[in-house]
Amino acid sequence: MKTFLEEVNEKIDGVPIQRCYHCRKCTAGCPVTFAMEHNINKIIKMIQLGRRDEVMGSSTIWLCVSCETCITRCPNEVDIARMMDALRQMAIESGLGAKEKNILKFHEAFLSNIRLGGRINEPVMMVQYKLKSGDLFSDMAMGIDMFMKGKLSLVAPRTEDMKALRRIFENTKQ
Amino acid sequence: MLKVSYYPGCTLHGTAKEYGQSVVAVSEALGIELKEIEDWSCCGATSAHSTNFKLSVALPARNLIAAEKHALDVMVPCAACFNRFKTAEHYLKKDKDLRTELEGIIGGKYQGGITVRNPIDIICNDIGLDTLVGKMKVKLAGLKPVSYYGCLLLRPPEVCQFDNYENPVMLDKIMATLGAEPKPWSYKTDCCGGSLTISKTDIVVKLVNKLMTMAREAGANCLVVACPVCMANLDMRAGEHVRLPVFYFTELVALALGLKGPGGWFKLHHIDPRPLLTGLGLN
Repeated sequence: MKTFLEEVNEKIDGVPIQRCYHCRKCTAGCPVTFAMEHNINKIIKMIQLGRRDEVMGSSTIWLCVSCETCITRCPNEVDIARMMDALRQMAIESGLGAKEKNILKFHEAFLSNIRLGGRINEPVMMVQYKLKSGDLFSDMAMGIDMFMKGKLSLVAPRTEDMKALRRIFENTKQ
Repeated sequence: MLKVSYYPGCTLHGTAKEYGQSVVAVSEALGIELKEIEDWSCCGATSAHSTNFKLSVALPARNLIAAEKHALDVMVPCAACFNRFKTAEHYLKKDKDLRTELEGIIGGKYQGGITVRNPIDIICNDIGLDTLVGKMKVKLAGLKPVSYYGCLLLRPPEVCQFDNYENPVMLDKIMATLGAEPKPWSYKTDCCGGSLTISKTDIVVKLVNKLMTMAREAGANCLVVACPVCMANLDMRAGEHVRLPVFYFTELVALALGLKGPGGWFKLHHIDPRPLLTGLGLN
């Protein structure tokens, strides 16, 4: 039986996270620490202590913006940003979903839009997101403004080889 | 004539239309021939790597394999696409098993012989700032931009290998060459909040307002960027009391080179930069 720590390290496949000695440089440089439930170095400690449900159920892992400041500054080269990616993927694979539901719904809308046409069709993607999230009306004014400026064309060129795209999605499914 | 492959990415035809058009116009004026990658597809941006590692490498890999057919370096203007291409390259070179698996899925071999470039470094290092001076028609005097590089062009440093990752200078050098007065500031690489702009708008508003406030404190009258998401966030999420006009760096290069186009692009911004430019006699 693998421990949670071993599972996470395997998923990251890089520097083992127990190299962290909690200097907190990552937390100090993280732009969204102010909005997080647990600091990012605390997440590392929680993984070491096997607190799986708390970690995977936290909003922290979803609020990470992947700015890569943490890994750039870590003196032990712990890839914290990659760890966050891994934790998100594990949360999805385990069926747990996301504490920050709309953030995951945005990612799902984005990726399903790529499946549709190979390239992002921004207005269609926004509609997909709004239907998924139920957040129908925010940014309406902005959307209309962009549409009037020709930035949100409903008709956009697509990738022709959609068969290749579908093959990529099918064969990388979790 | 410098020949490169060109990967515009999804936004440069849509919400980052000004960036796409200005990159093309500036490339033509500076003697860079762009060969668009055939039948390109989305790089996956943030959503792929946040949820599915293999997919996040496969999507850019498909484009890299297509680009290799031209045997030319590939220019990637969008910072997110740039970062994803560089990251995919990093993993394809490091992990032979992953490479073999993805080559099988995509149906093509990855050679790793071309370099992924960004227009900032092509202009600075290949074209050269002296050439830029030689082609200038208008000095951007009175413009005091702060250069906002954001996150993805620079980090992680081993992957991007782009510029000094705590204090980058390439955009500042371009601005100075164009006759503007780039202001030093400490927020060159502080995150704007990225793709949380839709699902967690208040976080982005807070980060963007901080950037705008610090830009003002540095004595700037505008910001210059090289990323479609940074532009969207700075242009559309900043509070009315702190906001400053924001430009894509290629729009300002085009303005200085006396090209046709800037007027049309400035109209597309949310924060209208034309009053500032008119006041400086640059419109």
